Amino acid sequence: MKKLLILGAGTAGTMMANKLRKKLTRDEWDITIVDQYKTHYYQPGFLFIPFGMYSAQDVIKPKSDFFPIGVNVIYSKIEKIVPAENQVQLAEGVVLNYDYLIIATGTRTAPEETPGLKDKLWYKEIFDFYTIEGAVALNNFFKTWQGGELVVNIAELPYKCPVAPLEFVFFADAFFTERGLRDKVNITYVTPLPGAFTKPRATKMLGELLKSKNINIIPDFNVAEVNNDEKKIVDYAGKEVKFDCLVSVPTNMGDEMIERSNMGDDMNFVPTDKHTLQARDYKNIFVIGDAANLPTSKAGSVAHFASEILEENLMCAIEGRPYTASFDGHANCYIETGYGKGTLIDFNYDTEPLAGSFPFPGVGPFGLLKVTRTNHYGKLIFRWLYWHILLKGKEMPIDSEMQMAGKKL
Amino acid sequence: MSTKSLAGVNVDVNEEGYLTDASQWTKEVALAIASEEGIELTDQHFEVIDYIRNKVAGGEALTIRGINKSGVVDAKTFYQLFPGAPLKKATKIAGVPKPVSCI
Repeated sequence: MKKLLILGAGTAGTMMANKLRKKLTRDEWDITIVDQYKTHYYQPGFLFIPFGMYSAQDVIKPKSDFFPIGVNVIYSKIEKIVPAENQVQLAEGVVLNYDYLIIATGTRTAPEETPGLKDKLWYKEIFDFYTIEGAVALNNFFKTWQGGELVVNIAELPYKCPVAPLEFVFFADAFFTERGLRDKVNITYVTPLPGAFTKPRATKMLGELLKSKNINIIPDFNVAEVNNDEKKIVDYAGKEVKFDCLVSVPTNMGDEMIERSNMGDDMNFVPTDKHTLQARDYKNIFVIGDAANLPTSKAGSVAHFASEILEENLMCAIEGRPYTASFDGHANCYIETGYGKGTLIDFNYDTEPLAGSFPFPGVGPFGLLKVTRTNHYGKLIFRWLYWHILLKGKEMPIDSEMQMAGKKL
Repeated sequence: MSTKSLAGVNVDVNEEGYLTDASQWTKEVALAIASEEGIELTDQHFEVIDYIRNKVAGGEALTIRGINKSGVVDAKTFYQLFPGAPLKKATKIAGVPKPVSCI
């Protein structure tokens, strides 16, 4: 019996278990998936919790709902990978062997990386919204907050779902306007990037949107410390921004297990071939989702598009054929802009987000780099697609390879 | 791309003034670019520049975090040495491509 082992049962790992159980015959291949937690979070939903649009219950389901029949599931901490011996050590001395290994252990927030961030104001006046605990704590804080300086700060690149903090400030603008508090809430977006986003056209469009909503932007700010006593963030150049409520996107790092295995870069992401998805240093190890060091967004859509590439290339490896699939870094992000509207960007390693219609050229129904009501519904409908189609590894009506049709240069 | 005369030699640069061929870099070229940026290079600057050139030659990405952990300088000193936008300025002076952030 040959063994395929998947580490991590989040979005990427669960999709791969579903896809590969269909592909690999059960009399030849044993598939095992390992994760230390039993709860699956619909992470795109975290953004909606601070504003009371979703509750915690809306984003939680048991992981076990999404595993196919015929896959061994182990809930355990992973001690480390020993690639030289094709072995994974779990807690309490349990050892798993593998013929092929898929690493899908994702990324985590690491607030401890910024001095003063996780200090006496943590979850009192300083919050994150990338964890269920942070999103719920912020929701409780906003219920009675009377206003002041609301500062949203991105600690460091790369971070998961690069558009989420922008959506957060758009939602905050609408939320405090609807509560009649907007004139008392000054919103400031503080980012290490030179503008609202990385690529020129999206940066221009999103920058203008920030301006039209009266949201300040402070670019090129690399936070060095959070001063809890004077309630300010300070960057390496000595620039200071005062806050009454700080919403931080903390440093993102790969799983600590990657560090214990000595397989990561300085942020514990695994060096990975950006086209084949094979680990740079190991022939029988593949990496998918946020755990990889790919130069594209850390996002569920990227993991989804990559899953189709990985499925094909893993079969090539198993059957001893040259790789036939090549990942293009495709990402597709619905961006909530508040007041029941949203925008959409679609891009890859080489092509920046462009205007146009999606997914059907000239027809849409979604508009790229445009603010429309339909885009907002696209995002809401996505939660259903996520639970029922995407995680189960079923086909989605979007190509894994980015398409130029329908886009304007 | 165009050609520019720096410290008496012709080098190839892109539209932002970054060298397009790292092998054309010399200490004299570095001094000339630095003076255009208003920076007078010291030995400590050159230690950072050497670190950057080695990293880039090895195909590794440059980050503030990486520099902070490099043992050459900490992030605060790096900002003092190359004020404003340290990674952009230091790479320009080191004759390597401007770091891209890809998200």
